[in-house]
This record gives sequence, structure tokens and C-alpha cells, in this order.
Amino acid sequence: MNVKTMPADPKGVDSGPHFMDGDHALAEGALAAGCRFFAGYPITPSTETFERFAERAPEVGAMFIQMEDELSAIAANIGAVWGGQKVMTVTCGPGFSLMVENIGLAAMTETPMVICNVQRAGPSTGAPTLTAQQDMMQAKYGPHGDNAMIALSPDSPQECFDLAIEAFNLSEYYRVPVIILTDETVGHMHEKVVIPPADQIKVVPRNLFTGPKEDFRPYKFNSKGGNPMTRAGDGYRFHITGLTHNEKGYPVVTAEQNKIVVTHLMEKINGNADDIVRLEEDQIEGADVVVVSYGITSRIAVKAIQDARKEGIKVGSLRMITIWPFCEKRIRELAGKVKTFVVPELNYGQMVNEVERCAGGKSKVISVNHCGGAVHDPEVILEAIRKGSK
Amino acid sequence: MSQDIAQFKKDSPMSGTLRMDRMSHIWCPGCGIGSEVNAFAEAVKRSGIDPDKLAVVSGIGCTGRVAGYVDFDSIHTTHGRAIPVATGLKLARPDMKVVVFSGEGDLTGIGGNHFIHAARRNMDIVVICNNNFTYGMTGGQVTPTTPHSAVSSTTPFGNHEYPFNLPFLADAAGATYIARWTSMHSRNLIQSMEEALSRKGFSFIEIISPCTTLYLRRNRLGDGVDALQFYQENALLKHGADTRTLDLDFQGKITIGKFVEKDKPTYIEALDNQCVKVVGDDYELYGKTIPEREAEEKAEKARVAERRAAVLAEEEKARAKAGVVKVSAKIPVKAGAKKAVAKTTKKAAAATTKKVAAKTVTAKKTTAKSTTAKKAVVKTAKKAAPKAKAKAAVKKVAAKPATKKVAAKPAAKKTRK
Ligand SMILES: Cc1ncc(C[n+]2csc(CCOP(=O)(O)OP(=O)(O)O)c2C)c(N)n1
Ligand code: SF4
Ligand SMILES: [Mg+2]
Repeated sequence: MNVKTMPADPKGVDSGPHFMDGDHALAEGALAAGCRFFAGYPITPSTETFERFAERAPEVGAMFIQMEDELSAIAANIGAVWGGQKVMTVTCGPGFSLMVENIGLAAMTETPMVICNVQRAGPSTGAPTLTAQQDMMQAKYGPHGDNAMIALSPDSPQECFDLAIEAFNLSEYYRVPVIILTDETVGHMHEKVVIPPADQIKVVPRNLFTGPKEDFRPYKFNSKGGNPMTRAGDGYRFHITGLTHNEKGYPVVTAEQNKIVVTHLMEKINGNADDIVRLEEDQIEGADVVVVSYGITSRIAVKAIQDARKEGIKVGSLRMITIWPFCEKRIRELAGKVKTFVVPELNYGQMVNEVERCAGGKSKVISVNHCGGAVHDPEVILEAIRKGSK
Repeated sequence: MSQDIAQFKKDSPMSGTLRMDRMSHIWCPGCGIGSEVNAFAEAVKRSGIDPDKLAVVSGIGCTGRVAGYVDFDSIHTTHGRAIPVATGLKLARPDMKVVVFSGEGDLTGIGGNHFIHAARRNMDIVVICNNNFTYGMTGGQVTPTTPHSAVSSTTPFGNHEYPFNLPFLADAAGATYIARWTSMHSRNLIQSMEEALSRKGFSFIEIISPCTTLYLRRNRLGDGVDALQFYQENALLKHGADTRTLDLDFQGKITIGKFVEKDKPTYIEALDNQCVKVVGDDYELYGKTIPEREAEEKAEKARVAERRAAVLAEEEKARAKAGVVKVSAKIPVKAGAKKAVAKTTKKAAAATTKKVAAKTVTAKKTTAKSTTAKKAVVKTAKKAAPKAKAKAAVKKVAAKPATKKVAAKPAAKKTRK
């Protein structure tokens, strides 16, 4: 990501050590990243982010509004982005399902924004508000039609703060909605969070078009990030639509144009996966078993991995910080080199399908699924590692 | 040939307010939407608003396509979500005018929740609703406003549901400006849109409009011209009418007019007021944290007034050139007459004539927004009615008593048979 950054606006940065939960850390991360608009609708276990922002809004000159539902919350955020603001909202499954409508509009209109899904156990109202990681696929396939989005998954309150900033930076650069897939456990877990001084926080500012009016185009279908956008009131008189459009933003509803737009939307993310994907790896070299995990489950897996190593099993850890785009290249590299991928997750088996696809039959894949409502017993993961090492 | 068309588009009086490079539009012959958009473009011109500081947001539907044809910052959103997108835009840019232009299905069916909540918050946006009693874009299904017994593609035996009375809905929800016109009442529409654009708060304008291709055809109501004739014969002008009385029956009378106009703090003003009350001097007013922005707002106000005056002067000149003398007599409804009166009043005041003028000025000052209607009430009522009545008229917000006295009704009556 070859992009201009600038230090964070100190107004939004509450520097110093804090003891806070993941939800609050998300709000602080957003404020540090320059988010000055927040439209949302309350739902446990995400509400704390929302409340924190409401309290902090006046002191940073931000706007906070509780909308009448999640449909309108996400819509208001889109409006605010085209008004020039950086925006964020939080929700969990039931609310995310409603937001999906206009997350699709945001993807289509290349509107940057950050949406946090503090996952709880579903389906439907499910088990409020017990933990889960069941919306992994929804983050990718939620909106209808083909569009690629970015999703990140923090495993601690500190990472909630850090990834909130990263999410904003990615969304600004790629002009795409970025989803933070956290969960009830990380959201409500209190830990030490260190907020650095503002000048040490790198922020990607909105890339606004400044050329002559005749040259203005709200879009550029080049499968790349870094394209400029605009905001209301700058005199460019933009038009944006959820319809298939040309670079001027005007509707052009043809198969040819749809190909141009969809290819761009997909490729600007998938084609730049190398730039986007972030993983945390530990002792993968020479490992027989690699545990592929993310979010809260990766912290449970640590215990199982430690115990397995005590037993002499060569086991590595691959923690996905980026969920989408999927770390396809890395899994393909390891496929055939490791005996088994063990994939624990708080769902009936979602990301494991991606691992299996990329493993391509060259390595065994063991799913350690869990229907949500609690975290894994590390013993179950350990058992899978043992099985995988044989 | 194509060169000529390009030049023709460029020279069009609508160039600068409509995206001429997107013409021709998608609307059917006789559809009401086109003339409403024309009225809107005209209202924007007359309002003096900087077109660069105006945004139009639409939902989905035939009317939803309006955003694509106006030459302002414009967003064509998803079905029903124009109002929340406009809300976000307005809150991000309080200095901009934000207008929602959409269909009744979009605004009050799928988007009904957003409609009432934006009204409740007195969100500072203008909502223009093209009410054609049908889901036009999808082929003419029943909507929340389709009159009882009217035929639609999904009520083939006649609508058994009860329709919304939209001005009443808006009123109950808290809208601070409510008017209804038909697509035939261009003058009133321009005047009303201009008024809505020039004030603060949630303004709602309902426009009864013909969907020739679907609603009219299915109900065997003729073509676009028949619809306009019907409107002319059946529209009853009643400013200030009780919104509870504004139900629309199938092919019944259509009460039009400005029903509500009141002052109430907007969403942002209410937020600021509350925070100032609790936080005190430390609280920085939202959107005004940068001092230059305040100065900018002030300057913009002055510019608006200047542009507005220029547009009106130009019109006056054109009229004089065309030899049109009795302007007010030509305007079918009161609203236009008010305007002319208000204008002269202003001049009179400047020349420090007598009490009448002075009074107009006070009225203008206290209401801050000085709707021309109010001014006109003072003036016309004074002429014809005793003092006490005139005062009452001013308080009543809408130009109710005045309505009875001016050319409006007779003009409408003339053609009624
Ligand atoms: C979520 C969703 N549901 C349904 C539709 C299909 N749809 C498109 S336009 C429309 C009706 C629009 O009616 P109205 O707002 O009255 O506008 P008109 O076409 O009459 O101007 C519908 C139902 C859609 N686009 N999106
Ligand atoms: S279908 Fe009806 S509403 Fe749509 S453009 Fe045609 S006449 Fe107008
Ligand atoms: Mg309609």
C-alpha cells in the first residue's frame, strides 16, 4: 500500500495506558483514526462502542446519532462519507443482517467506512449475548452480487484499537467497507490498552480530487486502490448510484459495463491481497500441524499448542488477522508441506472450508467446530492436534 | 446533427441545474415527474442557493431517478433509504441544503419509518414526495397511498386497504412545513419549494402526480392531459387546512395548499441547546468549531440574498420586455401574488414609509425566516380587514384568511364546470 499517511489529529487520541474492553477500544481506535461521524443502533454485545462514541463526540467535534434501525444507521453513514466524514458503526448479527443492504450500496459506490460486528451466537436472535464467530461468511457474502470486501479480526482489546485504525486506513485507500469481525468475548474483555501519542499514529487521509471540474470522475475502474473521491459541497456536483455506472457515476446498465465494474470491485481487493493480508505466524517452519485460527479462538488455541509442544508434537500457529481477502497464497504454500491444518472456530465450520479449498487435498484438514455460546475447551483443540500429527 | 443537439443542450435554460448530458430522461410522456423536476430547478434558481451547496438524494423508483438528472451533488440510494442517507449528509455538512426527492412508495412504504423519524427529529431537510398512487417503476402495484377501490396490478379487484393521508402523517410525526400540490400547480410548486429551500427544519411537500402508463391506464382515467384537467377541476386550495381532513378518495377532491409552517429547533439546534444547557460554556457548537466556518455561513447568507435578488430582477426585466404588466393577475394561486406584494413592501420599508411597512419589517425580524407568505398576510389583510384580524392572521402561520381574498380561488373556479 503505497500511500500518503499523516499523524493522527491529537483531538481524537486519548494517549496513555488504559484498562478497557474491546468495545471501548474500537471507539478509541476510530476516534484516533479520524472518525468524526457515527450513526448506529444499539445491540448487545456491541453497544459499549456506540455509547463511548456518544460520550466522546462533543469533545472531538464529532456527530453521533442513534438512528431508528440498522437500515438507516448504515445509510446515514454513507451520506456522511459523501459529506466528507470518516464514519464507523457497530452491531452484531441481527443488526448486521439489516445493514447488509447498504453495505452493498457502499461497496458498489466505493464508499469507505468501517463496520464492526461484535459477533454473538445465532441464528436469528439466537443466544443473546453469548460469544460466537458465526458471521465470517456473511462478512464476505452478505450483500447480494459480487463484491469483495475486507474483514479483520482482533483477538484482544489492544488489537481492537490497532485494527480500528488499520481498518480505516484500508477503507480509505481501497474505498471499500471494512468489517471488523470481533466477538462478544473480545468485546467485553478488559485488558491493558496503550494508546500511543498522536504523532506516532499513521492515518490515511481522505484522498480528495482537486483537479479541474471537467476532469472530475468519481470512479476509476483500474482494479487498484488509491483512487480519489470527492465530497459534497466541493463544486464537482458528483452523482453516485447503486446502479451499474460509468466513471462519471452515471448509470450504464449493460452487461459490458457490469463486467467492468464488477471486475474492478473484485480485483481491487483480491488482486491486492498480498498488500492487504496480515498474518501472525509462530513456528510454522518444519511443523507437522498448523493451527489456523483467528479472534478469540486463537487465544484458546495457544494453550492447546503449548500443551502439544510439551508432548513433543511439532505444531505451528497461523493466526489470521485479515479474514478477507483470505490468506489463500500462504495456505497454498504450506499445503503438502504440513501434514494437517487444524481449524478451530466458534461456528459449525466456516473458514475451514477456505482452508480445505486452498489445501487442495495436499494436507489433511481437521475442523474443530463449536456452535457458539462459549469458547472451546483447549483440550478439544489439543486432541485434534494430536490426531493431526499422526 | 449531434453537434447541434449538444449545443442545444448547452444553451438550454436548464443547463446548470439539470444534467443536460443525461437527457433525454426515462420518464413516460405525460408523467408528472418531469414538470416537478422543472419546478424544482426553477425554485432552486429563484432561491438564490449556491448550486454547489445543494445536494439531492433519491431512493428507488421512477421518481428515484430524479437524483440522476439534477446537476447538483446527488445520490441515488437504495429503496426507501433516501432520508437516512440525506440525514447523514446533512449532519456531516450542516452548511449544505439537502433535498430528498422520491416516490411515495419509497418514502412512506419501505422508507416509512425513516420518514416519521426524520420528521420527529425536525431534521433540516426538504422532502419532496411524488405521489402517483402507484409503484411506477415495478409496474403499477398498490402503494400506501393508493386510494381505496383503485385498481393496481396487485389489487386487480380494487384496493381494499386504507391509504395514508401523508400531510397528516407528517404533521403527527412533527414536520414543521407541510404542503400539498398537484403536478399541474407549477407556480405554487415553485413558490412552495422555494419556501421550503429557504427555511430550516423538516419540510414536506407532497405532489399529486399522474402515472400515465400504469395508474391512469389501469383505472381508465385517460392520459396526462386528462389528469391535469382533473387536477384543475378538483383541486381545492385551502391553506392552513386541518391535516386530519386531507384524506384522498378515488377521483375525489384534492385539497391543496400550505397546511403547516412553524418554527422549532432543528435536530442540530436542539442538540446544541441541550448540550449548552448541561455542559455550559465548554461545549463547542456542533459544526461550528472552526470560526471561519461561521464567517463563511454569514457570507453565504449574504450571497444567497444577492443571487436571489438578481434572479428576481432579471425576471422582472424579462416580464417588462415581454410587455407582461399585471404579473400577479396571471399567477393562478395566491402564493405568487404574495411574492410580488412582499417585494414591494420591502422597498417601501426601506424608504421608511409608514406603519404598514414598519410592521412588515417587524414580522420579518421576529420570525427570522420571513416567509413571504407571512409578510403578505400582513399586507393584504391590512388592506381589507380590521387590525385585530390582521394580527390573528399573522399568528396563524399559514396564509389562511388571505387565501380567501386573493385571486387564487376565483381563478380555479373559473374553469370548474
Ligand atoms: C429492497 C427493494 N425492494 C423492492 C425493489 C423494487 N422496486 C423498485 S422501485 C419500487 C417502487 C417505487 O415506487 P415509488 O416510490 O412510488 O416510485 P415511483 O416509481 O412510483 O415513482 C420497487 C418496489 C427494490 N428496488 N428494492
Ligand atoms: S411508469 Fe408512471 S411514474 Fe414511471 S415514468 Fe412512466 S408515467 Fe411516470
Ligand atoms: Mg409512486
